[in-house]
Amino acid sequence: MNHPGSNHTDDHTLDRVQAVPALIGRHEDFLIVTGLAGTAKDVAALTDDGDHIYTLAGAMGAAAMMGFGLALAQTERRVLVVTGDGELLMNIGALATIAVVNPANLSIICVDNGHYGETGYQKSHTSLGVDLEKMAIGAGINATRTITREDQIADASTFIRETNGTAFACLQVKATNPPSYRRLLDPAACRGRFRSALLGRP
Amino acid sequence: MSSTSSSTSSSPDPRWPDELYALLREHGVTQFAYVPDAGHTTLIDRSLADPDVNSIALTTEEEGVAMLAGADLGGARGVLLMQSSGAGNCINILSMIKAGRFPFLTLISMRGDFGEGNPWQMPMGQALRPVLAAMGVICIDVDSPEAVVPSVEGALTMTFKAGNAVAVLLTQKLIGAKAF
Repeated sequence: MNHPGSNHTDDHTLDRVQAVPALIGRHEDFLIVTGLAGTAKDVAALTDDGDHIYTLAGAMGAAAMMGFGLALAQTERRVLVVTGDGELLMNIGALATIAVVNPANLSIICVDNGHYGETGYQKSHTSLGVDLEKMAIGAGINATRTITREDQIADASTFIRETNGTAFACLQVKATNPPSYRRLLDPAACRGRFRSALLGRP
Repeated sequence: MSSTSSSTSSSPDPRWPDELYALLREHGVTQFAYVPDAGHTTLIDRSLADPDVNSIALTTEEEGVAMLAGADLGGARGVLLMQSSGAGNCINILSMIKAGRFPFLTLISMRGDFGEGNPWQMPMGQALRPVLAAMGVICIDVDSPEAVVPSVEGALTMTFKAGNAVAVLLTQKLIGAKAF
């Protein structure tokens, strides 16, 4: 491997409860779209279910493209997608679609714990050799990194804000629980809340 | 792009594709998402040439559904251009459109319908209307060139003023059936 990440997630040492907030940093800098389950809870807890986030609880595979459409619509804002390895893999082709356009205001964080957290922590593909950073590079995303250690996080938090193209960061974490947080699950209410805050109309 | 010929051919130089592009732009559509299909050649090429829009080629049609929901969160209007076969790839993401009450517009070039000769196209072509209806998408058939612009204008209002999910079906009576 030509990057420091590990495909054997038993080696992961970071705890998502600390690492995700540390990597995101000042969350108000972004409009955020999350995947389901783990990353939805990570970001809902961090932002207290803020009106600048849209979390999924279904439509698995949609997160990256949803962030992309938002980034194209709001070119003056930074858009952050925070999703899990399973959700990203469900529509991995999105990395190709996005890379061809390479919007500078879009960053993607994949919280890679190598397991399907919602369904009993079965091993996912990234526990079994699949390398998401390599897939992003292969798709044509030029700004990529994999974070496995705490001392890499501060730099990576700058990285997701300052590239001149789409940024992809694979945050490798232990297969431990996300924060427990009960967020608004109504997709229409979340849409209205997000649009009211951003656009002044639901 | 592939040639089309059939017993139900449209006029030699149809004007409706260019009129349709102008209509979409008049209604503020700035995001065009597609998996390229012969029936949408003009719309795709016009969007690629237009510096004021985003013209996005997808690896699979479901990406376009998600992308246009993101566009809506950001206050932008988009359209998904696809062939009927691709609609089958969209079903679960349409859950988000329905439950989220996202406005959603797709223009679908039909296969597997009147005059179709490729057996692989038949199931999705025939299932399209019931499947989209089951997911809460209103289907509007367009069979003739003069009906294209009025139908899409109606669809634009239903989508962006009344907040519906709408599919305009450009049928094989309009665009012809591919020769095999």
